[in-house]
Amino acid sequence: MAGPTIDPLGQFRLTTGLGPLGASVNFTNSNEAMLAAAAIIIALFFAGLRAQNLIPGRTQAAVEILYEFVHKMCIDTIGEEGKKFFPLVFTLFAFILLGNLIGLFPYFFAFTSHIAVTLTLALFVFLFSTCVGFYIHGFRYFLFFVPAGVPKWLLPLLVPIEIISYLARPVSLSVRLFANMTAGHVMWEVFAGFMLLLTAGLGIFGVVASIIPLGLNVALVALELLVACLQAYVFAILTCLYLHDAVHMH
Amino acid sequence: MDPAQTALLARDIGAGLATIGVAGAGVGIGNLFGSFVSAVGRNPAARDTMFRDVLLGFALTEAVALYALVIALVILFA
Repeated sequence: MAGPTIDPLGQFRLTTGLGPLGASVNFTNSNEAMLAAAAIIIALFFAGLRAQNLIPGRTQAAVEILYEFVHKMCIDTIGEEGKKFFPLVFTLFAFILLGNLIGLFPYFFAFTSHIAVTLTLALFVFLFSTCVGFYIHGFRYFLFFVPAGVPKWLLPLLVPIEIISYLARPVSLSVRLFANMTAGHVMWEVFAGFMLLLTAGLGIFGVVASIIPLGLNVALVALELLVACLQAYVFAILTCLYLHDAVHMH
Repeated sequence: MDPAQTALLARDIGAGLATIGVAGAGVGIGNLFGSFVSAVGRNPAARDTMFRDVLLGFALTEAVALYALVIALVILFA
């Protein structure tokens, strides 16, 4: 078939950036976006905390709101021990949030739409919380898989279920983030491609009719902005919940 | 119809069938926000604290729908 076609997954293709030097070390556009996310969050904090006023300006207020939001989430979810894990949770939250937001801009790359990236983050969280559990409780951490207050004869059934649900954590954590970001970007691409198909197929009437998918795309931008923030929040709060399980064992 | 074409057709039908799972997430999200609205009706003061949990529940429920989408994409492209 001639004319424009819809290529929904082409936007996630990796290319090498930074010219021949980048190509020689396989420095991809995904890595560029990651560096940009890290640089933006560091620059934001540097700019916000350079002049520490009692009455904060806009940048300082933004930085303080971000900091206090994650700090409160840590304390509320993990408990008093949450202060120790706050730097990790904040780093994860800021990195994923900036990654999602950078990906919303046209021609920019959403590195959280690659399962390799999200699975790495999720596996790190999983292994870290397991290590914390063993560090604090020793081998008694295996009792985590034995639910309290259950009749003895049910245990052979429940313990395998608990173990499987524990091992499924990194899978669900990574697929949730990856699928949300990928689905949003694919939807954009499909509606944008539909506009091209309409104009190619129906001429001037198609141009007028393209207003409908264009409007839908504008509405989708708002939804994706919500999803980008929400998924970063969900990833962070689930990290907190797993750490809570590791620290308190229930 | 030759077998290669039949296989392509079966693949597309399978991907379509895989998206049926989204119906469950639709029920879940509707249930979630329905309960939220009735809870706010009973106790409007607790709206802000409840809304945070609702957003978390929404994200968790929506993720189930996206698992179905991932299965469909795997069938289509992998």
